[in-house]
Amino acid sequence: MGNGILKRKIGIEKQVDEFLDRVSEAGLLCKNGLDAYLKGNMEAFATTMTGIRNTEHRGDDLRRSIEQDIYTKTLIPESRGDVMELLEDMDALLDRFTGLIWQFEIERPDICAEFHESFKELLQYSVEAVEANVRSCRAFFKDINTVADHIHKVSFWEKESDKVTTRLQRAIFGHGNLHLSHKMHLRFFAKQIDRIADEAEDAADRLNIYVIKRML
Amino acid sequence: MFAFFLSSGLFLGWSLGANDAANVFGTAVGTRMISFRKAAVYCGIFVILGAVISGAGAARTLGELGAVNAIAGAFVVALAAAVTVYGLTILGYPISTTQAIVGAIVGWNLFAGTLIDYAALEKIVLSWIISPVLAGFFSALLYKAIASATRRVKINMFNMDSLTRTGLLIAGIAGAYALGANNIANVVGIFIPISPFADLSIMGVFRFSGAQQLFFIGAAAIALGTFTYGKRVMLTVGQGITEMSPVAALVAVLANALVLFLFASQDLERFLLSSGLPAFPLVPVSSSQAIVGSVIGIGLVKGGRGIRWRVLGEIAGAWVVTPLAAILISFISLFFLQNVFQQKTYIPVKYQITEEAQQRIQAAGIRTVPMGDMMEQTYLSAAEFRKALAERLTLDSKDMSLVMAAAEIDQMVVTLQAVNRINDPVITEGQKRAVQKLWGKHFTHRWQLEKALADLSPEWRIRPGDKEHSAELRRELDYIYRLIRANMH
Repeated sequence: MGNGILKRKIGIEKQVDEFLDRVSEAGLLCKNGLDAYLKGNMEAFATTMTGIRNTEHRGDDLRRSIEQDIYTKTLIPESRGDVMELLEDMDALLDRFTGLIWQFEIERPDICAEFHESFKELLQYSVEAVEANVRSCRAFFKDINTVADHIHKVSFWEKESDKVTTRLQRAIFGHGNLHLSHKMHLRFFAKQIDRIADEAEDAADRLNIYVIKRML
Repeated sequence: MFAFFLSSGLFLGWSLGANDAANVFGTAVGTRMISFRKAAVYCGIFVILGAVISGAGAARTLGELGAVNAIAGAFVVALAAAVTVYGLTILGYPISTTQAIVGAIVGWNLFAGTLIDYAALEKIVLSWIISPVLAGFFSALLYKAIASATRRVKINMFNMDSLTRTGLLIAGIAGAYALGANNIANVVGIFIPISPFADLSIMGVFRFSGAQQLFFIGAAAIALGTFTYGKRVMLTVGQGITEMSPVAALVAVLANALVLFLFASQDLERFLLSSGLPAFPLVPVSSSQAIVGSVIGIGLVKGGRGIRWRVLGEIAGAWVVTPLAAILISFISLFFLQNVFQQKTYIPVKYQITEEAQQRIQAAGIRTVPMGDMMEQTYLSAAEFRKALAERLTLDSKDMSLVMAAAEIDQMVVTLQAVNRINDPVITEGQKRAVQKLWGKHFTHRWQLEKALADLSPEWRIRPGDKEHSAELRRELDYIYRLIRANMH
């Protein structure tokens, strides 16, 4: 009986790990997608889109399955609500990456070559912020004492991302040869990418509270 | 008539199940680690198994109610205890059923004018303080140790959850088993001598003695109590005093078990002493009170801010109310049963310093000269006799008990029926033969029967210095004595 219970929960533990893998994977795919888009390699971009869509579906399935397991088997009663919110937060980040790639596909922004590096850098920092968040989450489940080692990095990357966004926006609006509508379109994309880092930081702040609650 | 008398025992069992299940599963249910339904099912099954398998033979199962010498009295005493426990269970307070029973017996003592066991009352008061303090100390210590261990050993949240849940279930099951084994005597033990159940054999493999069948019914009543009314007290223990984490829930039950094992287990004391090790002092500990202490201990370790002191105050009040209410309810009910329903609730115990009694008192080195004018005079109650004694000489409590026991009149005749009904396996053949030899003999004092048995067989003799043997012999003598009394006509 005891073994049965243990086995069941090793299952859920793996599911959580895999879910976090998917979040992390979505960030990497998003980076690949942006690279392909900026290079004009639409074939590779399409492949990335398929990949990220599958990742999102798998992530959603996993999240639902985990949530169902937690509720139906009444696991971790004292942290249930927090874990649910945490998973929702991480899922929202995964959705943000997918949504970003979709927006590139639908709106096809015309990004001038001089902004390419800044956009890549911006996405890099957002992905780093999410990565740090994923590591904090893993620590929250496995070794709560080390959450703090990762969580502060989320803030660091978010600040870096803010700096690049500001710099990029200044460059966009300071560009003399672009229409205002074009500038605003580029600003929208810069903001969209920056929002990922912002949301990662919000999620990290909430995670911090969950950690304090569990340490009490 | 048996069914009617048994009903109050079953009511007591039901109340006990509703209240005491919280000692073993309260924190698990309170922290939502185990659902109430699941806890009640496990608790019920293992209470029954504990009662039927480990509820010892007839000689050991008189329980507390064994002190009551008339079955109608035992009925009322059990009823009074049950009503007390029931009332406090409805209010959601974890209280000690044993203390309610002791209180109800004191009510009977007062009504019947028999001697009150002041030591038992003293134990109750001590238990109010000792149980929570000891358990609180141990749970605080254990919580600190486990918290630091889990910090060092990295365990996944879900694995931790699983381990804690399994631990809570195992501890709960073990606790439920012990609950059944230890309390069944109090619930139905007194009714064994009048039980109509015959031994039952299932396909020649399983054999259920009449006592075991009675235990099964009593345990089923306990299980039913847990199922129907157990949740409220469980939630008081698991949520009402302070919010607890699942690990804290496990620590609380472990600390409770540890305190009971270290400070209330005669087996452990025997083992330690026989191994030449110092034993822990045996102190009165109530599981219901210890579990509350365990929860407080954890609350204090966490800084004490989360403890709801008002709830704790109410619980402490309920502890004090338990024996007092039981005394009162018992006394009033006995009055009604005796005077309104004309039932014999006690057999009056008379006292007389007979010649034999005088010799016994003198042999113990107590001067009988001041008692001269009391000789051959009959006193109708223990209180009266003691008063007469106190007027004539000063005796310490030990000598007083000796004189009282020596003068207690207990007319009995050993009948063939009584001899034939000895069926408990703890009574040896040699012991049985000694009883048989006394067939037809008449005794005025109970000690005369004991002396006659000791003269006839070394197996009925007390071994000086062997505390364990003395206690066992006491129980066996009680068993024989009850059989003789129940089969005199």
